[in-house]
Amino acid sequence: MAGVVRYHATTKKQTREKHIDESLVVRWTLISIAVLFITIMIILPLTVVMTEALKKGASVYFAAIAHEDAMSALRLTLITAFIAVPLNTVFGVLVAWAISKFKFRRKQLLLTLIDLPFAVSPVIAGLVFVLMFGAQSYLGPWLSEHDIKIIFAVPGIIIATLFITVPFVAREIIPLMQQQGITEEEAAVSLGAKGFQVFWRVTLPNIKWGLLYGIILCNARAMGEFGAVSVVSGHIRGRTNTLPLHVEILYNEYQFSAAFAIASLLMVLAIITLIVKAIVEWREEVQNIHL
Amino acid sequence: MSKRSIIPGFRLSIGISVFYLSILVLIPLSIIFIKSFELSLAQFWDTIINPRVLASYRISFVTAFCAAIINTVFGLIVAWVLVRYQFPGKKIIDALVDIPFALPTAVAGIALTALYAKNGWIGSLLEPLGIKVAYSPLGIIVALTFIGIPFVVRTVQPVIEDLEKEMEEAAVMLGAYRLRTFLRVVLPTLYPALLTGFTLAFARGIGEYGSVVFISGNMPLVTEISPLLIMTKLEQYDYAGATAIAAVMLIVSFLLLLLINLLQWSMNRRMTANS
Repeated sequence: MAGVVRYHATTKKQTREKHIDESLVVRWTLISIAVLFITIMIILPLTVVMTEALKKGASVYFAAIAHEDAMSALRLTLITAFIAVPLNTVFGVLVAWAISKFKFRRKQLLLTLIDLPFAVSPVIAGLVFVLMFGAQSYLGPWLSEHDIKIIFAVPGIIIATLFITVPFVAREIIPLMQQQGITEEEAAVSLGAKGFQVFWRVTLPNIKWGLLYGIILCNARAMGEFGAVSVVSGHIRGRTNTLPLHVEILYNEYQFSAAFAIASLLMVLAIITLIVKAIVEWREEVQNIHL
Repeated sequence: MSKRSIIPGFRLSIGISVFYLSILVLIPLSIIFIKSFELSLAQFWDTIINPRVLASYRISFVTAFCAAIINTVFGLIVAWVLVRYQFPGKKIIDALVDIPFALPTAVAGIALTALYAKNGWIGSLLEPLGIKVAYSPLGIIVALTFIGIPFVVRTVQPVIEDLEKEMEEAAVMLGAYRLRTFLRVVLPTLYPALLTGFTLAFARGIGEYGSVVFISGNMPLVTEISPLLIMTKLEQYDYAGATAIAAVMLIVSFLLLLLINLLQWSMNRRMTANS
């Protein structure tokens, strides 16, 4: 409630007192610097993807996207996300439940563990799985004996993506659930709600928008991961190529228009992610005003 | 503490979470250290002090540091402008700040290369001035700056939102000018957030691979970053070398992560102490 009131107070035009706000010159200089920075660093790169992709005409653009290798890369990217996102969503909800609804020791340690994949270089993330499952690893001889291929094959790509995307859902909903406290859940339990019902009927409605954003962010990263996947994939065309890896191959073969065409697909994915984020934030604001 | 909560599912959720994290994160990462212990100390040392490896560390750290500094300065300005001022297009600028989180790094890499290459929109403007960005260390800084934009903005923004105008007003009443108020009253309260944002951007920059490989040109000793060198060693089946380089990077990342956690912990304490 206090937040809402303050929000209205700051948006209202107030008579400016001397020295309390910056002078108009300073104000517009800062705004110009900020806008210029974002324009050069973000808007121009996004624009260049589209112009490069369409440089040689729409036919080249669509040919690149409809190409057999692009389609198989798209398929593998979708499969990877389809496995990694649900698993990490379930994990994210479970770990957020434990952290936000209970008191226990070593909670900070657990939080740090969840963040680890953020801090590790994607290349190292790929490397650890090569060391674990590669031909020279402890498991290597056993795996080859049983004809199981993980590295330079699809399972490796999925595992590396799982590792990279561990924190996304958890990080998004933990603060949200901590903020909401435990009174509603306790009330539900004392009124007779059982186990999963408490989560489904009481907690979920409160966190659904944050959860949705976490999932969509996790998905964007799962589909867009490059470094880790690059290490474990082996770059076998049509077999172990995801969309970002396909971009690299096309680019290194100097097929720039095709590379940018595929890149534009991934860019659309990023923009959709941000639109969902905007909707989620707008929903939360509406929810706060109604409270 | 000792009173058991009536909310169900603690054992199940904590059990599965810890199991999942152990299998997917903890055990795989510990493999790096186990494998490095298999190397003799001399072997390990020889890999690390190789001039090419040392150069890659230097390049990775210096470029990530520069990019994080750039992001701290501009991130503060962007966050300040987004919270305090009204201007057309503000919502769009605010949304665009998150693009580097959502855009695949490979896409960012080729886009920035196209922009800053000799014949690119920006590269062609800088060429007459004798500034070469793509395929030089400067290009790495540009890529890492792009990658790090959200970190500083998103850590500083909420803190500026929570600033109490009364404090600034009090400073004015006491006769301080705006710049002085900003430097003496506002900025100190932003230091922890700025430092956290800086560290996050720095940590991310050290490990970044996808956006850099396209724009850097990957010349050994000049623009070859450590993650790329790990990649090269792997392609040559030099697993020991790759592991040794990675172990050093991992230790640095862990230290940075520890620093971030300490910073956030002290920030939280300060915030709860204030309220």
